[in-house]
Parts: sequence; C-alpha cells; structure tokens
Amino acid sequence: MTIFNDIGRYLLMLKGMFTKPENHKMYWKEFIHQCTEIGFGSLGIVAIISVFIGAVSTIQTAYQLVSPLIPLSTIAQIVRDTVILEFAPTLVCIVLAGVAGSRIASELGNMRVSEQIDALEIMGVNTKTYLILPKVAAALLMIPLLVVIAMALGIWGGRLAGTMAGILSPNIYDKGLLEQFVPYNVFFALVKAYVFSFIISSIPAYYGYYVKGGALEIGRASTKAVVVSCILILFADYVLSALLL
Amino acid sequence: MIEVKNIKKSFDGRVVIEEVSAVMKAGQCNLIIGASGSGKTVLQKCMVGLFEPDFGEILYNGQNFTAMKGEAKTEIRKEIGMLFQGSALFDSLTVEENIMFPLSMFTRDTHKKKLDRVNEVLDRVNLTGVNRKYPAELSGGMKKRVALARAIVLNPKYLFCDEPNSGLDPQTSMVIDRLIKEITLEFNMTTVVNTHDMNSVMEIGDYILYMYQGRKEWEGSKKDIIFSKNERLNSFIFASEFLQDAKDMRMLEETGRIPNHRNMDEMTGYRETDRKQPGSE
Repeated sequence: MTIFNDIGRYLLMLKGMFTKPENHKMYWKEFIHQCTEIGFGSLGIVAIISVFIGAVSTIQTAYQLVSPLIPLSTIAQIVRDTVILEFAPTLVCIVLAGVAGSRIASELGNMRVSEQIDALEIMGVNTKTYLILPKVAAALLMIPLLVVIAMALGIWGGRLAGTMAGILSPNIYDKGLLEQFVPYNVFFALVKAYVFSFIISSIPAYYGYYVKGGALEIGRASTKAVVVSCILILFADYVLSALLL
Repeated sequence: MIEVKNIKKSFDGRVVIEEVSAVMKAGQCNLIIGASGSGKTVLQKCMVGLFEPDFGEILYNGQNFTAMKGEAKTEIRKEIGMLFQGSALFDSLTVEENIMFPLSMFTRDTHKKKLDRVNEVLDRVNLTGVNRKYPAELSGGMKKRVALARAIVLNPKYLFCDEPNSGLDPQTSMVIDRLIKEITLEFNMTTVVNTHDMNSVMEIGDYILYMYQGRKEWEGSKKDIIFSKNERLNSFIFASEFLQDAKDMRMLEETGRIPNHRNMDEMTGYRETDRKQPGSE
C-alpha cells in the first residue's frame, strides 16, 4: 500500500506546485539560482563522462569491426548514433540523477528537518511552488542543454580517440558523421532528455520534501531518490524507445 | 487575541490533543508549559496552521482560521511571526538576507528601505555587525535573536515561540525572554511561547496554560502558579528541591506560614525525639 500512498502524495505535490507566485521576482531569482546549480554545477562531470564515452565507443567499435569490407567511416556513424540515441541522454541523465538528484533531495530534506520549510509556510509562502517548481523548471531547461553538450563532446571524444590511436583519420571520421544522418534521432534524444529531466528533479524533490526524522533519514531519502530516479529513467527509456523508434 | 476552542488532534488513531480551549490576549506573553510529549508543540502547530486539527476552532481576532482556505489563510499567516526551536534560519542566506526574505517576498519596498528595516530590527534584538555572516558562523543565542528579528520584521500581530531557550545558557535565556517580553509590550502582540523552563515562566508568564498528556490541566498567571494546589502542576514545576524551597520561601513571605507537605523530618531521618534536650550532655 505504501507505493500507492507515495504515488498519491507525489501527484498531490505536483498539483500543489502550480499556484500563483507571491512575488515573481523572488521566484525568478530562485529559478536562476537553480539553473546555475543544476546546469553549471553538473557541467564538469557531464563533460568528462561524455568525452570518455565517445572515446571508448570509437575504440571498442573499431575493435569489433575487423572486416576489411566495412569502411572505417562506419565507426563514426556507429559512435554518432550510439552517443545521440543512448549514451548522451540516458547515461548522462543517470549520472545527473546522482549529482543533481541527491543534491535536491538532501537540500529539501535538510530544510524540512531544520524546520525551514515550516518557517516558509508560516510566512505565507507556498513552499511547493517556491521550492520545487523552480527546481523542476530549471532541470527542464538545463538538462536537455547538458545532453546536447554531451552529444557534441561525446562525438568529439570519439574523433580524438580515433585520431590518437591511429584508428581512422579526422577526415574519414568527419565524413562518417555526415553519412546517413537521421535528424529524428536528435529529436528522440531531446524527448528522452525532457522526460528524464522531469524524473531527475521531481522524484528527489518528493523524497526530500516529505522526509521525516533527522540526518540519517536525509541520507536514506537521498539514496532512495537516486535509486528510484535511475529505475524510472531506465523504464522510461524502454517505453520511449518502444513508442518512438 | 487568539481563541482556541475545543481543539482535538490525533495521529494514526493516537490522541495527542484532547479538547483544549484557551484565550490568549494581546499585549501579554501566553505560555504553554508541560513535560516533553504533553502536546504543547502540536497545539502550537495547530494554532499556526502547520497541522489541521481534527476538531475545534482557532480564532484570530474573531476570524475562524481553521475554516479558512487559500488566500484568506495566507493573509492571516502574514500577520504571524514564529521563532522556531532550532531557529530555522536559511543556511544558504546571510543574516541580512534571512531577515530581508519576508520583506522581499511580500513588499514592494526599495532595497534601501528594506535594508533600513533589517538594521532596525537587528538593532532591536541587540545585534549589530552580523549582517554579512552566515547562520553557521553564529552562536545559539545569536541565531535565536536573528530568528526573532526575522519573525518581527513584518510587524506581525501574533508571535509564536517554540522553546526559545532550548540549548541556551541561563543568562542568554533570560536575555531572550526579556526581549520577547519587551517586543510583546512594545508592539502589543499576542505572544504564545512554548516552554518548560520555569525561569521563563516566572520571568514572562502573563497567562500560563499547563498541558498534561494532551489535556489542559491548569491555567492562570505566574502569581497563581505559586499557590496552585494542582498536584500534577506542582510536581512539574517544583521538580527540584531548590524550586520547592523557593516556593516555601515565597509562601512564607506572602502568608507567614509554610504548608509543607514534604515533611522534611522524614526526608532527613530527623525526629523530634532526637532533639537534644538542654543540659542532656
């Protein structure tokens, strides 16, 4: 029964987010703050992961393509499509569930435990709107941007590794990138990025907002938020692939 | 004035507050006292709207707060300031930003005007030169004073304080108590304080509500409390021998006799027959 209780409370929390802001300027300030935290705060790890994913994809694809009948430019095509379709949106979002998700859950959990949320409520601030909506909105703006950056850096990482390892020349790699390019794949990746962004921000917000207890419970809520977000991301990935591809 | 009418609250079938009623007047410090777990925090949270009571009404100047929804409730809440047990300051904001927060959220004042008001309330709670500090850099007493400054920055009509002295030394506790009392009188606020600190009771208690296992056990003033014959209240407030002695002294001063139920002779093992007769040695 706990799962139904959780789903019900989660839906009520989402409903509670949409009320008229008390002061648009303060909400805008909070939105910008969250954009900085989620976007710039995760940029470093996203860049490192993307470059290495692209590099490893190039080397492993080249290792498996042993037939001389397959042109080397195919490696670039495979790297491009794998990075765009799966690695950039899914893997990056799973990492972001850990980085941004745990931060959201622990921040709200700490605010709940130290009565900061109660203090806001008593002031007359709608805490769901003020604390959760800017986080979800910032995630919906910044995470797809991070995914686009991850796509570019992943493909560039593949090019760099291919050149450095002497697998293929930059010209052949660039030629391969342009061959049989399907723009719909980018659209599909962005749809996934938006769905995952919502999961990454709203699920940890739910676990953080409703935490009860002390420091130990904040840690547990944070871990649970990341685990549930990751499972939901993988489930949504499967559903979206089945529906849209 | 706040009227509490037959408030009842339970959690998972366990009754925490049972039919509590009280009238808390403006311009005085109304204290809710009782042992840990007696329901005083739940009662206060029902009064400010953090918990919905199962039954009963809370009236703010005659307006039924419990029946209000949305905007109307928010309007009343803007007239409430609250000092939390753990101060509840926003960790990521400086002292200045913490106090300015309600002003920025609910007024359209210029930054200069807001800053002047922040400095004014900081000065009122005897804190200066801490504007740029973060809550983590402050002592417990300073945090309480910043939280009090934030609670009064919008000139609320009602001030709620949950255990304002918890974790503070007796001297700092007295400073906070006196500050609460002064602010209450100065702004004619209806102040409601949750405490189990007897020093606070005797220092600021204009009206005292004693809670016992979720029920109102006794109510009165700090003068009445000394002469109360309620056994539960007496065992709560005169838990220490020192306080009992103080009560006896007070009774002696007031009435010229001590109705001492403790029988000091029994406690010390002393008997009248043990008294040495003059010249017995």
